[in-house]
Amino acid sequence: MHQLTLAEIVRGLQDKQFSSEELTGALLARIADVDTRLNSFISVTGDLAIADAKAADARRAKGESDPLLGAPIAHKDLFCTEGVLTTCGSKILHNFKAPYDATVVAKLKEAGAVSLGKLNMDEFAMGSANESSHFGPVKNPWDTERVPGGSSGGSAAAVAARLIPAATGTDTGGSIRQPAALTNLTGIKPTYGRVSRWGMIAYASSLDQGGPMARTAEDCALLLGAMAGFDPKDSTSIDQPVDDYLAVLAQPLAGLRIGLPKEYFGAGLDPRIADKVMAVVEELKKLGATVKDISLPNLQHAIPAYYVIAPAEASSNLSRFDGVRFGYRCEDPKDLMDLYKRSRAEGFGDEVKRRIMVGTYALSAGYYDAYYLKAQKIRRLIKNDFVSAFEGVDVILGPTTPNLAWKLGEKGGDPVSAYLEDIYTITANLAGIPGLSMPAGFVDGLPVGVQLLGNYFQEGRLLNVAHQYQQVTDWHQQAPSGF
Amino acid sequence: MAIERSEVEKIAHLARLGLDEADLPRTTETLNNILGLIDAMQAVDTDGIAPLAHPLETTQRLRVDLVTEANRREAYQAVAPAVEDGLYLVPKVIE
Repeated sequence: MHQLTLAEIVRGLQDKQFSSEELTGALLARIADVDTRLNSFISVTGDLAIADAKAADARRAKGESDPLLGAPIAHKDLFCTEGVLTTCGSKILHNFKAPYDATVVAKLKEAGAVSLGKLNMDEFAMGSANESSHFGPVKNPWDTERVPGGSSGGSAAAVAARLIPAATGTDTGGSIRQPAALTNLTGIKPTYGRVSRWGMIAYASSLDQGGPMARTAEDCALLLGAMAGFDPKDSTSIDQPVDDYLAVLAQPLAGLRIGLPKEYFGAGLDPRIADKVMAVVEELKKLGATVKDISLPNLQHAIPAYYVIAPAEASSNLSRFDGVRFGYRCEDPKDLMDLYKRSRAEGFGDEVKRRIMVGTYALSAGYYDAYYLKAQKIRRLIKNDFVSAFEGVDVILGPTTPNLAWKLGEKGGDPVSAYLEDIYTITANLAGIPGLSMPAGFVDGLPVGVQLLGNYFQEGRLLNVAHQYQQVTDWHQQAPSGF
Repeated sequence: MAIERSEVEKIAHLARLGLDEADLPRTTETLNNILGLIDAMQAVDTDGIAPLAHPLETTQRLRVDLVTEANRREAYQAVAPAVEDGLYLVPKVIE
């Protein structure tokens, strides 16, 4: 049963081939059996899941038919879940049981989805390898000596290993798309403001966006349809109707205009990945797409701008963790300052502290103009690049990552080299446009992802292109051996 | 713009992060590596470019000035390290 995609599960539940309780029980048993090798879950909420599954079965028996009714999922551990541990991968929240549900959690609950637990992640979503979690690194199911990517590394590993059919993730600089690429999944970061951030523990508020991770574009469409929508509780939520993502999947690609940015294929890209990306382009041409070379000239400036804006916003957001209102407090503080400083020094890990320090520096008196304001100006240049590009093309296509999944510990000592891995994904967050990563083949047995970027609110188009590609290829159906 | 150890200590204080004396050299070096990466920004010509704070440039919505939230003090304080009579406890501030 664990091999089924989310869409197949929806049909199986509708046709009464199995109940949600049976399915949930089987997946929980598999998690207990397999996850010791991956460390993808921080909390498994088995009793709650079985109770929710029974409730979903009862709702179906009464005639309810929401597609996600009884469908098993799990949440990245930065979505607040009422009464359930919500750690954000950090010691500072090691004991935090959220007093309310995030909007995304509430919406999926209402739709009848059954959460099996909370997934491991880089601490406060800061990382590209899932090695900064207080709860230990996550292993890539394709090679357990390698990282699954991050920060939604637990979501990626759990779905790739068929522990769950789909999961929620969040993406501030690539944290859905990059782990999806490294584990052979499909994942989409929606337009900024499309999915509510309420109850999502904040990292960089002007960049953070939640989204689905699954094995197929169809499954992402199913889940995104339930996650997206206006939320008055999120002041940056956009009040615009949600497209019917499932309805657009079947659209033919004839006439689709694809842009290939030359900057995405320059030095730094593993040539074997470039080959896989070009093979995707050839396949899409056969489906009727036309291809055009384009330029996004400010790509190279995205990394410095991102590593100012994200830490600056993080330093402000993370000031709430002070050892007073929630989470970890140091032993025997001698005064209030000692309480703040030691609770934070002991509660945060190295990467989080580094980003808080960089952000504090960038926002400090005398440096604001040179750093934060400068970065925001570059942010506009990056947005302008996309605005001009989308005048001539419908989607932009390129690699999701410059390299394959690396070995655990390989980049541990050098944050800067890890930051450079984010080059192709961070521009979508800076500009606020949607981005999707989908499987594009393998190099040395490791998955390669291709990225599709779309204009604002074109999530449906991206899912449509990925779905059509997945109708004529089977990369996305490959499963890691041993799972 | 390389920073000195004394500046690192000042930043840590502003961020309310305790810093181990022994970690100072390593922290200073790492921060300088990151700032080195960031400084590439200074070469970009941004004359006449307005800063972009929100990707869709929307403004904050206003709502009617009404109490909409229920009082959930007990639920919120249940997750605090130390509370008493509905108040958060911290070490004595006024001597």
